[in-house]
Amino acid sequence: MGLPLGFDAASAYRAMVRMRLVEEALAQAWADGLVPGEYHSGIGEEGINAGVLSHLSGRDSMALDHRNTSPLVGRGTDIKLLMLEVMGSEDGLNRGWAGHMHLMDPGIPAAADGIVGASGPLAVGQAIANAQLHPGRVAVAFHGEAAMNQGMLMESYNMAVAWNLPVLFVCKDNKWSITTYSADVTGGDLVERARSFGLAVEKVGGDRVEDVYRAAGRLIARARNGQGPGFLSASCHRPGGHFEGDPIVRLLRNPRGQAEEWGPPMIRSAREKTGGNRSDRVAAVKVLTKRGARAAWDYTVRARMDPLRRGRRLLDQAAVERIETFERQEVEQAITEARAAVGPRSTFGVARGGSQ
Amino acid sequence: MTVMKYGQAIDYALGEAMARDDCVVTWGEDVRLIHRDLLARFGPERVRDTPISEAAFLYAGIGAAMTGLRPVVEIMLIDFLPVAWAGIANAASKFRDFSGGHWEVPLVVRAGCGGWYTDGGQHEQTFWGQVSAHPNINVVCPSTPADAAGLMLTAVQSDEVVVFLEHQLLSEQWIDYLAGGSRATVSFDHLVPADGAEGDVPLPLEPLPLGQAAVRREGSDVALVSLGVGAHRCLEAANVLTASGIEASVLDLRSVYPLDKNAVLEQVRKTGRVVVVDEDYIRGGLTGEIAALLLEAGVTTRYARVAVEGTIPFAPHLEYAALPNAERIVTAVKGLE
Repeated sequence: MGLPLGFDAASAYRAMVRMRLVEEALAQAWADGLVPGEYHSGIGEEGINAGVLSHLSGRDSMALDHRNTSPLVGRGTDIKLLMLEVMGSEDGLNRGWAGHMHLMDPGIPAAADGIVGASGPLAVGQAIANAQLHPGRVAVAFHGEAAMNQGMLMESYNMAVAWNLPVLFVCKDNKWSITTYSADVTGGDLVERARSFGLAVEKVGGDRVEDVYRAAGRLIARARNGQGPGFLSASCHRPGGHFEGDPIVRLLRNPRGQAEEWGPPMIRSAREKTGGNRSDRVAAVKVLTKRGARAAWDYTVRARMDPLRRGRRLLDQAAVERIETFERQEVEQAITEARAAVGPRSTFGVARGGSQ
Repeated sequence: MTVMKYGQAIDYALGEAMARDDCVVTWGEDVRLIHRDLLARFGPERVRDTPISEAAFLYAGIGAAMTGLRPVVEIMLIDFLPVAWAGIANAASKFRDFSGGHWEVPLVVRAGCGGWYTDGGQHEQTFWGQVSAHPNINVVCPSTPADAAGLMLTAVQSDEVVVFLEHQLLSEQWIDYLAGGSRATVSFDHLVPADGAEGDVPLPLEPLPLGQAAVRREGSDVALVSLGVGAHRCLEAANVLTASGIEASVLDLRSVYPLDKNAVLEQVRKTGRVVVVDEDYIRGGLTGEIAALLLEAGVTTRYARVAVEGTIPFAPHLEYAALPNAERIVTAVKGLE
């Protein structure tokens, strides 16, 4: 199968590179102590973001979740303002009020919400408004597979179908619910679940941007034409874990160090005279071992599913280098300026009794 | 007496309660990893990971509590409780009354709350005022490891619903998870009240009654009333006020409901001035509740409050200014002169 009609591999690759570089710059800033709180990076989701966003234009709406940096970068948000916001500067995109989890760009009809599943009803509302006020515009909800266990998202699927709304639900399936393995807490098959609501369903490997483009294109075209809502399931991998500093990633990167921290209290606890019987305690060890093994598999084998690595194959080497050089310059300039604006930090908040 | 960290003390108490009673179980998002020590001791049946389905797994806790178990349902952060609000507002708070007093709902809702470590307006609220507005719902937020352990034991053993709020700034577990405390590049030492994050826990552990405030500092000029990290901020403010010749008493409520009315009245009658310090919203919350209590008791006093007046901003210095910090408390006290 060749590349889909209308697909511009260079633009898609450029978008993915830009997203990756911004995410890497922010993850590094987090590690350097310049980003307060949590940071949920979208590294690994670039193929999904770029493939879907290729079909959006002008005032199409988006409802985003906690991994909202990349979709906004893809829609053209000023990356320096975005970085300043994530670093907690008053000069940031949202004047320091949002942080990374609630980025809102006044120029783009997009809402970002840290409550899991909330992107569903937000997109449904956007679609109701679009259908009435701006026919032809669509709304896209980005959510993870874990959000599909959240009631309000399932209720949104139903409303979208019942009201035949122009909305696309994009499920980024990275297999993990925070640090719990999704399959352990999920019944049935999620694609079948979506289909049973009456949604038009497509399933793709999210590491192939051209496949995402093709499938999203079909679903978005249907929605624009008033033929009803769609569901796109796209697999992906999150090499950075749920958030930067994810304890499971720490365990994989530094097994001995983490074992020294976690081991002694766990062993003490497991040896307590009172507590569960032997089989309970053995079962506990099995649960943790299984989770560790799955994580290790994901972080080694699935890590090869890098959308940028695959995207590079769609272009000739010279084009790849041109794109990467240009984007790297822009992102490096933005992060350098943003870091300089924030200044050195060794902590957050304000010292006890201090004033600033 | 053993020195424990705040989060460790809560898990210790929960472990004790689980060891004493097989009907005590816990579930919530990621609990097997976060509370891995409990998992190792009690096994996966009693320490259960949930899907991200707050509305259902909280409501399920109510059903389980009415059917013989004593569930400790963990809503990771109190900010996520609104997703499951129906369970609190329409079921957990009502079923004892609906049953004519025949049924109890021995449920503990455990959640992180509170800020100061910069996590934005949707991950560091406290909501204790709103939660305590409902009938039959007890709400606690301990400020030390000893209180945390004692109150958790009480909460689990109580036949009533207890919302147990652990302050995220005091908890080593939440500082690690939410503040990125594992980074060598940042330190939270100057933000975290040292004796709130770690301290002596008297053993063998005894339950600490609900609704019993603690006087943390004696003073004759003004009463500072708070709980959680707020109590520590009041102590900081009291130390500053001493330099101006003002001696403040600090009352740590420990529970929002039941509210230790007598302790509040005693401190306020003694000083004739009160500042209520609340890391919750100013509207419809603890600060207004205490004003009403003083009016009802006919106490003549000067009154001021320091609370959260809007969305908590993300940027560290804006966040600090929005929370009830020591400077705001000092200013409020001086305004009562």
